[in-house]
Amino acid sequence: MAEQTSKPKTFPKLLLRNAAARGADPAIREKSRGVWRTMTWAQFADETEAVAAALMARDLKRGAHVAFLSGNRPRLYVAMAATHWAGAVATPLFEDSPPEEIAPLLQQAGVTHIFAEDQEQVDKALRILPTCPSVRFIIYDKDRGMRHYKQPQLVSYADLLRDGRARLAAQPGATRMEAERGQGEDAAFLFFTSGATGPVRGVVHTHAGLIERAETAAAMDKLTAADLALAYLPPAWIGQSLFSYGQSLATGYCICCPESIETLFTDMREIGPTYFLAPPSVLELLVSRVELRMQDAGAIKRGLYKMFMALARRVGDKILSGRGVFIGSRLAYALGGLVIYGPLKDVLGLSRVRVAYTAGDAVSPAVLGFFRALGVNVKQLYGATETGFFVAMQRDRGVRPDTVGPAAEGVEVKLTPQREILVRSPGLFKEYLRDPQATAAVKTPDGFFHTGDAGRLDDDGHLRLLDRVADIGALANGALFSPGRIENRLRFSPYIKQAAVFGDRRETVCALIDIDTAAVGAWADTHEIAFTGHADLAAREEVSALIAEEIAKANADLAADPSLAGAQVSRFLLLHKELDPDDGALTRMRELRRGVVAARHAPLIEAMHAGRPRVQFDAEVMHEDGSVTTAEVDLRISDAKTFPPAPSMKAA
Amino acid sequence: MMDMSPLTTHTRAFPIGAPILELNGISLRFGGVKALTNISFDIREHEVRAIIGPNGAGKSSMLNVINGMYRPQEGSITFRGQKYARMTPTRAAHMGIARTFQNIALFKGMTVLDNLMAGRNLKMRAGVLEVALQLPRARREEIESREAVEEIIEFLEIEHIRKTPVARLPYGLQKRVELGRALAAEPKILLLDEPMAGMNIEEKQDMSRFILDVNDHYGTTVVLIEHDMGVVMDISDRVVVLDYGKKIGDGTPDEVRSNQDVIDAYLGVAH
Repeated sequence: MAEQTSKPKTFPKLLLRNAAARGADPAIREKSRGVWRTMTWAQFADETEAVAAALMARDLKRGAHVAFLSGNRPRLYVAMAATHWAGAVATPLFEDSPPEEIAPLLQQAGVTHIFAEDQEQVDKALRILPTCPSVRFIIYDKDRGMRHYKQPQLVSYADLLRDGRARLAAQPGATRMEAERGQGEDAAFLFFTSGATGPVRGVVHTHAGLIERAETAAAMDKLTAADLALAYLPPAWIGQSLFSYGQSLATGYCICCPESIETLFTDMREIGPTYFLAPPSVLELLVSRVELRMQDAGAIKRGLYKMFMALARRVGDKILSGRGVFIGSRLAYALGGLVIYGPLKDVLGLSRVRVAYTAGDAVSPAVLGFFRALGVNVKQLYGATETGFFVAMQRDRGVRPDTVGPAAEGVEVKLTPQREILVRSPGLFKEYLRDPQATAAVKTPDGFFHTGDAGRLDDDGHLRLLDRVADIGALANGALFSPGRIENRLRFSPYIKQAAVFGDRRETVCALIDIDTAAVGAWADTHEIAFTGHADLAAREEVSALIAEEIAKANADLAADPSLAGAQVSRFLLLHKELDPDDGALTRMRELRRGVVAARHAPLIEAMHAGRPRVQFDAEVMHEDGSVTTAEVDLRISDAKTFPPAPSMKAA
Repeated sequence: MMDMSPLTTHTRAFPIGAPILELNGISLRFGGVKALTNISFDIREHEVRAIIGPNGAGKSSMLNVINGMYRPQEGSITFRGQKYARMTPTRAAHMGIARTFQNIALFKGMTVLDNLMAGRNLKMRAGVLEVALQLPRARREEIESREAVEEIIEFLEIEHIRKTPVARLPYGLQKRVELGRALAAEPKILLLDEPMAGMNIEEKQDMSRFILDVNDHYGTTVVLIEHDMGVVMDISDRVVVLDYGKKIGDGTPDEVRSNQDVIDAYLGVAH
């Protein structure tokens, strides 16, 4: 117990510990102007203290909220640590959110200070300033284009730092005491839920809760200060903030900020991370990059790739998981490592990855299998914003594509009779911001959190995710209808980017399909189908036929699962326009908002269920210059092949 | 020196100054064809100056005269108070005039980085032997140049194509690289020959932004030729209008827009 209390329980205390223990080691690297530049733990702590001093001089109060509109930059993390140093709450927001989405969040939290990455973010902050009177200061990082801005609220990061250093020199010690005052129970972060299925809520996490989760998860994977992680996902996602801030502070590993999102893969290759977090969409992107490049490769290379990948798919995962593999296959796999797997991992920047997690969405078994076949230890992880992320994690030797692994250490998972997953964990959120009613509605008196996710626990303790509890319904004939699982299966097709299925209390299941322009475009190229853009592709009869085949494959899989066999997709149409977070159809993490999509496309859904062959629809068309007009589009509705339920499964 | 002309604005980091380049009575003929007839105007330091006109008005010829590519039969050019009867491209480059071309002029097989480094040519003093032997001065210059080029790469947001051969880039990006190549020479005056030709609206907006940023950030005087009236009026401080080789208008965008001769030249005269 004595040992417990001596452990630092706030992020600034962890920072000071790291600065003392490994001051000269790299804490954050950033590629800037073509060169990787390093900030050591000592510099990190030093700069944080100065920024904290300057922020406190600018009225930052304990418990106040600081909003962050920035990508992964060292200055972002310094400002975050300085916020914590001053006892305030860091509120990272999505950089790509428009002002009208951000304003209510700022109002809800009563944000007093905003950290903005560049002119674009400053413009956004200034636009909503009149509606957010609580905002006192806007700190900006990049000064490009900022010369003409004269608003009194603005201060550049460089000026802030200079001012802070002067204050520290004049009054040494005063700021340090503020860090000492911090307690583990203090609120550290405010994350907003994605609002995929309900209203957007502010989730408050404490220092102690997140640090406990960060440390436990790091210990489970034996992460050390020698590890290296890439910070490239939006910090507004709790997963990224834990990986690039929480766990980095807890274990002392270095995080690397790529130059820009366009250079991500080149930068990743240069850095060679050992610890990697990627939502399924990023993994899919990596796979499709490999496949596109292999299409252009010479015949010998293509042949070798095909041969060794077939072998890898057979034995790679087994070798990685330490299961028995015949010695001949082991030797062949080792040869493949020299010829194919090694170079491929090198190109992808995955050579040094020891532990990788995919989270945030369902991952296709084929995609997961691809990386594991290559010997890249990609595992699945389940967690929500409210649960401090780490709830269930696959262990090194127990990776299965259809589960998210057993509960993480310290976490209790149980199911209600309705199969809703309940979670009790030291990392559980403190409360919904200023909403005790909503908090009470999801937290049981004995400390369990209602996730709203339906799941199943296997005999060996592995958690299987099913769907959102609220989404599970039934067809008119009584067959179970689970839209999330059908959509996941549809999205496993490389040609389908998003799918929204509708069938609750209906005769049949119909789907709105958003095709993947890049993948379908490449397919059209190889089939010599000329097209102009997304809308044109989606209107092609050949593309409808292609998607019909993909849906038939999905239906065949659904037919094999007795709980899903009754609700196969029988009709579909291809959306003329991509679903986009900017019009609310997706969350910022690109999750489907089925309710919004349904409301917007009601006539289309009705037409599909009514069995009509085509449907006319007044669609809003956004032009290049931002103006919006409506145009009538004519969409084709197609049928998909369905399958009788697998007889043997039905008998069982 | 304080210039109290209405063009001087307080918010500019580099307020518009005195004329840096003056063209006096320039006439240019190709045999019997009069390309330019008795044209005079000036370019002030730190301003964005546009030359517009319908097709064949002599815009590119004008730029080529400034740049020393063409030698006018009459007239003179005064650069920073010194009068030149003739300019040569080399002299123009040494005086700090860089340009881009209507048809992109880059080394297509070389990477973006190498193209930009080539733009530093005039800034390097080390000889072939020094470079070959990697003597200290050559190494120092190489590092300095790379830093300058990296700053431009960041400025133009082309980090992701740093090592891509230019030929593989789409047109809009090539235009941006060409601007970068011109900037690498750290010019006093930047001549842009139709920087937005063939671009879509979004690319035009990006390019306009970059031109204004260059002017704002480095204080570079910009002279640009453009077809697109809308763009020109948005980003220029002053505009010269040419038609059939003659100057028919000169002033702020608003003045030019209300100039009857200009309206006639662009829209045709109604009878």
